[in-house]
Amino acid sequence: MDASGPYDPTLDYPEGPAIAEIAGGGDIKPWRPLHVTRRNFLRGVVCSGIVIGGSSYLFSAATPARADARGVERMMSLTVNGKTRHVDVAPNETLGYTVRYRLGLTGTKIGCNQAECGACTVMADGRTIYSCSTLTHRMRGKDIVTVEGIAAADGTLHPVQQAFIDELAPQCGFCTPGQVVAGVALLNANPNPTEEEARVAMSGNLCRCGAYEHYLRGVMKAAREV
Amino acid sequence: MSDVMHNFELYQPDSIQGAADLLGEFDDAWIIAGAKDSLGWFKDRVIQPSVVVDIGGIAELTGIEETDDGGLYIGAMTTLTDVLENPLIRDRYPILSSSASQVASPQIRNAGSIGGNISQDTRCVYYRTGFPCYRAGGNTCYANTPTAMNRDHALFEVSRCVAVTPSDTAPAMVALGASMVIRRKGEDIEVPASEYFIGPEIDITRMTVLEHGDILLGIRLPADWANARHYFEKVADRNTWDFALVSITMVAKMAGNAIEDVAMVCGGVQCTPRRLTEVEDVVRGEVPGAEVETLVRRVASRGAQPLNFNHFKIPLMENLAARAVRSLA
Repeated sequence: MDASGPYDPTLDYPEGPAIAEIAGGGDIKPWRPLHVTRRNFLRGVVCSGIVIGGSSYLFSAATPARADARGVERMMSLTVNGKTRHVDVAPNETLGYTVRYRLGLTGTKIGCNQAECGACTVMADGRTIYSCSTLTHRMRGKDIVTVEGIAAADGTLHPVQQAFIDELAPQCGFCTPGQVVAGVALLNANPNPTEEEARVAMSGNLCRCGAYEHYLRGVMKAAREV
Repeated sequence: MSDVMHNFELYQPDSIQGAADLLGEFDDAWIIAGAKDSLGWFKDRVIQPSVVVDIGGIAELTGIEETDDGGLYIGAMTTLTDVLENPLIRDRYPILSSSASQVASPQIRNAGSIGGNISQDTRCVYYRTGFPCYRAGGNTCYANTPTAMNRDHALFEVSRCVAVTPSDTAPAMVALGASMVIRRKGEDIEVPASEYFIGPEIDITRMTVLEHGDILLGIRLPADWANARHYFEKVADRNTWDFALVSITMVAKMAGNAIEDVAMVCGGVQCTPRRLTEVEDVVRGEVPGAEVETLVRRVASRGAQPLNFNHFKIPLMENLAARAVRSLA
């Protein structure tokens, strides 16, 4: 691969000596972004944008409407994917914002932001909820699982995730994190669902690509394997 | 439309008294239970209270227990999922299980409370988007005009406002003869479901008798209709999320083949759940069949005054009433 060519953000550039060194030094200093992947680059842009623009707007409750000691304490501990994290949470903050922008768990997607699409689905004490329409302060003491907490620690995919891949369930993929969480929550509660039960359990998740049958086949396939 | 919520001070009292004190202290305090409806209001920036009181942490508001008279008491904060999966309710009041199972989506049922579901505000699109209509304290109705979008609106008992009850479980409460336990000014009062839901002629700005400062503690289900035959059907544009265009809720007791007693309530056609007393009178003592169904169709929608775009609700409610009766055959 010619790394001295125009920067292509979609390529992961390989480890190894710079081309200038191979060429024996000299004045040529090609620009080579060694570890900049597209995903990390975008993450950096998103995060810095949020710090600059968001802090003044999203979390402007730093100057609360009424300072009252009986109100909720902003600092709270939140158990997400088995880890307890201490976070500063505004009273009007939703769980979706907290996991994405405070904890950096961007697997959870915020689609409609009004409890009508399911992309933001996470589990709280084993039950699925819309994180976009849940106040984070309500989640004190709850055990929250996002899509990042579904696969095993060594990276082995959950049967639902593997089945979704096998059944080609995700098309654009935006609804997939929510579909995975909904599917896993169903199988945790009911390892042998009927197709109708699976349909009901997955009915709170929209898929704009219309891959519902694929997701349903994936859940039923995973149910046979769990 | 949807925006970041405004700033508010959030209180999470751990006792009913604590919540009542906060509501008494702040004039614009807003009470949230499951918050499925409230957060929508906040995000749309139509309602912006500076104080929000979250009653989710009050343990005594949650749970389902048997009462001495053979009925059940359901705490107002009990989630809809807990209601529909509860074995006692499944066993004695299956009508409530089946109506709760049709509310919104699984994720909303996991968070939304039964108290919130029966007490929720109307879904009139004009009211919801902040038009200064009668219900919002203004002096006109935007839904009752020749060109307005009033497909979802009322057929009966219109008084300036044409909004309808959106709840799937409220009709079951009326049919079962439930009563609501409310903490008002330090005292617990009990209001029967038939009086709990109020229409615009009583107060155009509210759907229930709940006033500012009141807290709905729970719902008492009497034993009258325990183990009765039941029928629930909801017709909506989508099976998930959507509110009912028309829903039918029926409980019935049979004596042999004949209908001994029946309570039939229709949702989505009036500001309150509409008890179909004329249908009940027609079918009581009769054996279900084609003749009775014809009579039921005749009387089910008697007195309906459709708006420009909701005529379809008339045959819909007639057919639903007939199907409910047919289910008893």
